[in-house]
Amino acid sequence: MLGRTLREVSEALKQGLVTPTELCQRCLSLIKKTKILNAYITVSEEVALKQAEESEKRYKKGHSLGDLDGIPVAVKDNFSTAGIETTCASNMLKGYVPPYNATVVQKLLDQGALLMGKTNLDEFAMGSGSTDGIFGPVKNPWSYSKQYREKRKQKSHGENEDSHWLITGGSSGGSAAAVSAFTCFAALGSDTGGSTRNPAAHCGVVGLKPSYGLVSRHGLIPLVNSMDVPGILTRCVDDAAIVLGILAGHDPKDSTTIQDPVKPFTLPSLTDMSKLCIGIPKEYLTPELSSEVQSLWSKAANLFESEGAKVIEVSLPHTSYSIVCYHVLCTSEVASNMARFDGLEYGHRCDTDVSTEAMYAATRREGFNDVVRGRILSGNFFLLKENYENYFVKAQKVRRLIARDFVNVFNSGVDVLLTPTTLSEAVPHTEFIREDNRTRSAQDDLFTQAVNMAGLPAVSVPMALSSQGLPIGLQFIGRAFCDQQLLTVAKWFEKQVQFPVIQLQELMDDCSSIFENEKLASASLK
Amino acid sequence: MATPILRWCCPGRRWVFAGIGSVSRHGRGVPTGSTSSGKRGQSSVAQQPLITAQKPRKGEREWAAVVGLEIHAQIASNSKLFSGSQVDFAAPPNSLVSFFDASLPGTLPVLNRRCVEAAVMTGLALDCHINRRSLFDRKHYFYADLPAGYQITQQRLPIAVNGSLVYSVCVGKRQSQMVTKTAGVKQIQLEQDSGKSLHDSLRSQTLVDLNRAEGQLRVDANISVHNPGEPLGVRTEVKNLNSARFLAKAIDYEIQRQINELENGGKILNETRSFDYKLGCTVPMRDKEGKQDYRFMPEPNLPPLLLYDSGSLPTGTDPQQVINIDQLREQLPELPRVTREKLVQQYGMLPEHSFALLNEVGLLEFFQNVIKETRAEPKKVTSWVLNTFLGFLKQQNLAVSESPVTPSALAELLDLLDRKAISSSAAKQVFQELWRSKGKTPAQIVAEKKLELMQDAEVLEQLCRSTLEAHPQVVTDVKKGNPRAINKLIGLVRRATLGRADPTVIKEVLERQLSS
Repeated sequence: MLGRTLREVSEALKQGLVTPTELCQRCLSLIKKTKILNAYITVSEEVALKQAEESEKRYKKGHSLGDLDGIPVAVKDNFSTAGIETTCASNMLKGYVPPYNATVVQKLLDQGALLMGKTNLDEFAMGSGSTDGIFGPVKNPWSYSKQYREKRKQKSHGENEDSHWLITGGSSGGSAAAVSAFTCFAALGSDTGGSTRNPAAHCGVVGLKPSYGLVSRHGLIPLVNSMDVPGILTRCVDDAAIVLGILAGHDPKDSTTIQDPVKPFTLPSLTDMSKLCIGIPKEYLTPELSSEVQSLWSKAANLFESEGAKVIEVSLPHTSYSIVCYHVLCTSEVASNMARFDGLEYGHRCDTDVSTEAMYAATRREGFNDVVRGRILSGNFFLLKENYENYFVKAQKVRRLIARDFVNVFNSGVDVLLTPTTLSEAVPHTEFIREDNRTRSAQDDLFTQAVNMAGLPAVSVPMALSSQGLPIGLQFIGRAFCDQQLLTVAKWFEKQVQFPVIQLQELMDDCSSIFENEKLASASLK
Repeated sequence: MATPILRWCCPGRRWVFAGIGSVSRHGRGVPTGSTSSGKRGQSSVAQQPLITAQKPRKGEREWAAVVGLEIHAQIASNSKLFSGSQVDFAAPPNSLVSFFDASLPGTLPVLNRRCVEAAVMTGLALDCHINRRSLFDRKHYFYADLPAGYQITQQRLPIAVNGSLVYSVCVGKRQSQMVTKTAGVKQIQLEQDSGKSLHDSLRSQTLVDLNRAEGQLRVDANISVHNPGEPLGVRTEVKNLNSARFLAKAIDYEIQRQINELENGGKILNETRSFDYKLGCTVPMRDKEGKQDYRFMPEPNLPPLLLYDSGSLPTGTDPQQVINIDQLREQLPELPRVTREKLVQQYGMLPEHSFALLNEVGLLEFFQNVIKETRAEPKKVTSWVLNTFLGFLKQQNLAVSESPVTPSALAELLDLLDRKAISSSAAKQVFQELWRSKGKTPAQIVAEKKLELMQDAEVLEQLCRSTLEAHPQVVTDVKKGNPRAINKLIGLVRRATLGRADPTVIKEVLERQLSS
């Protein structure tokens, strides 16, 4: 049952094939069994069971709240959750229990979803590996998959398998791992430069970054306000559309959300491919791109073409400036956003009380890791009066050029862009940490980050396994606020590629009850 | 410009409008930057010694002062600029703090419509250009009562710019001459307030109140002096002035201090100073952080603030979602300048009287109500309202609304005076009585106190005759041509009539009797 998609399990709940409490208990048990993944920072067991109980009552009365009622979900630990510790994987917020729910969290709860817990991330979402938080790195469930282990056995003999575990990507690695390892059916991530799509690609799940302004950021502890978007991680595109339908819409608490009413995102099945135009941005063909990803990318383009879609090469000429531009804008906003963490109102406070200034300094030194402090320092440098014009203002201009690149391409008749999500499949942690966070982020955000500059919707869809048995995802980028069209194309693609299900038997001692194909449902649900 | 030190009297939500100071010769720093070398009105009386002190001591050097003001005014709104929390002066500390006000992570600002409307109306009243598109910025500094580490303001593109305020000041020996001046308004900006720090030196701790609704007006004055024709001098900023009187004192003091400093070969430092209310002087503030770089940055959580007029209003928009400048213009009350002009035109009033009528809350309305009900000349009414009535109010420190004398009562009193039923001195007595015993009408008081003018000519003739007879020496003086002597006789007759006879009538009778 846990291996199913959200839509399938929702149907099973409605048919009474499983109860919310059963589902909740199974997920909780699996969370415990997969503890080694370090996907969760906080497991909200009591809350989830209570929610399950309520949900069960509703189902018994026939008053289900909808598709999400009784569905276990997880939330990245940078979303404010009332009464549940919200840490951002930082010493600064260790022990901080917010008094309010982020709008997206509230919307999930209002639909009857069960909150299993808060997922791990890089400190304040600054990173691309989910390796740089105070609770330690998240391990990619595929490290323990049958598919990967068999390939490894062929190559290396006698090495300690456990030391070769893979990173999840990030910064929403905990959410991606949680969905990938079947501990929940959907998870919230956040996406500022690719933080939802990158781990989704590495963990073999769907990662959606909605259009900026479509989903409320109220309660999302910000990284870069002008680029942050709550992300959605699910096992299939339809599930992402269901969750987006619930989260999307104007929020009076977030002035940057759209005013226009939003319709539910039901996805039609694409039949007439001839009307579809897929753009392949030539600048995304970089030397760093692994040959395997490159060949899958071409394969995907060929697939669209062979099914009748128009596939054309397009140019996004300012792509190469994206990373450096992002660096200036991101660190500047970080410097500003992090200013509130001074130890006075909430969060960590040092023992020093010589003076207010000394208290600030020690609190922030103790509270933030090197990555956060480094970005604060850079950002403040860019915002200095003497530097503002030369850095911040220029970066804003470049940002506009990057956004215009996309507009031009979409105006030329392209419906959706097809690109890689990542340079390669997930790498072992030992290899990943050879480079510092900044270098890694710059490399790993290459294909995802420009989208945030332009506020466009994008989704990473797993396509196939690499020769090492690891997932590779491709990214689709859509027109602003054409999230439904984007997902429709992604859904068609997903159906064509039939990405394999992760086989996690080796990780779990008692897997039979979880992964066996339950006779009850399989026939009727498809 | 504002440093975080001593941000203790900031209003709950405020806008700042910065007046551009123009040059003031001989150092008369009129607050809004006037070119006058004259006096500033009421508050300048106390400054008289300073004016003499400002005369160039070495004879040949002439000084000009430039003054610019940053005025922080709290907007009268029910909730805060960026949150739904209420605004209430008397609320206990930290009782009106939303999650946003406490800067909890993940909270976002939401702009208060009422505050925008108030800013637009102020912009219109001050003849500003209203920007159809304005932006919000973050201004960063660390301070205990600034929980976000930044303040949201409108640094780059504020809601209104380039306005002016025309005002008048009294000049001349007896402050009787009005001079009209214009102060430029550089910009009006919406700005979030910081909290309030309360320093408890006994326990060496600081308490922070995030209610942020304290004090309705606060001014920072930027002041420099220079020799005319030369570049402007280095300016100092005197912060946190919260009354017009102290503002004037601080500016006068600072101008003189700078002149003295420079004439003695010293230098002016670009520093922030505070005004010591007790000593009447400015002192440098302990600026611990040294030079501040506020690292301004666009506020990413607030989209550009767009304003429309009836012409540019997009069709089919929800009126709740847009702000129409033209509509606000219609709602604008008559501006004081227009009201004053009307008063001068309609009643032939002196300009300074029109100012006096508008400077007291409710006084104009009181005046107009008296005018409506009396046949007395407007000049008479003006004089009574501004001298007698206002004098009584001031003496007892009362507001117009607290006055025991109603407009109708004063109108009736003035009618009695107008038809010469009572003398003006009797009228004063009646007024006093009205003030003391609420509920009595002037007519009742006149009757009770027998204050009506003597209408019986025969009685008056009789009284005059006996007065002349009783004072032969004065009569001799009159006849010798002493012009004052007749007044003495008039006074004696008036006393004999208990003040109930009109002095002009007495004079007529006396003169007739003397010449016969």
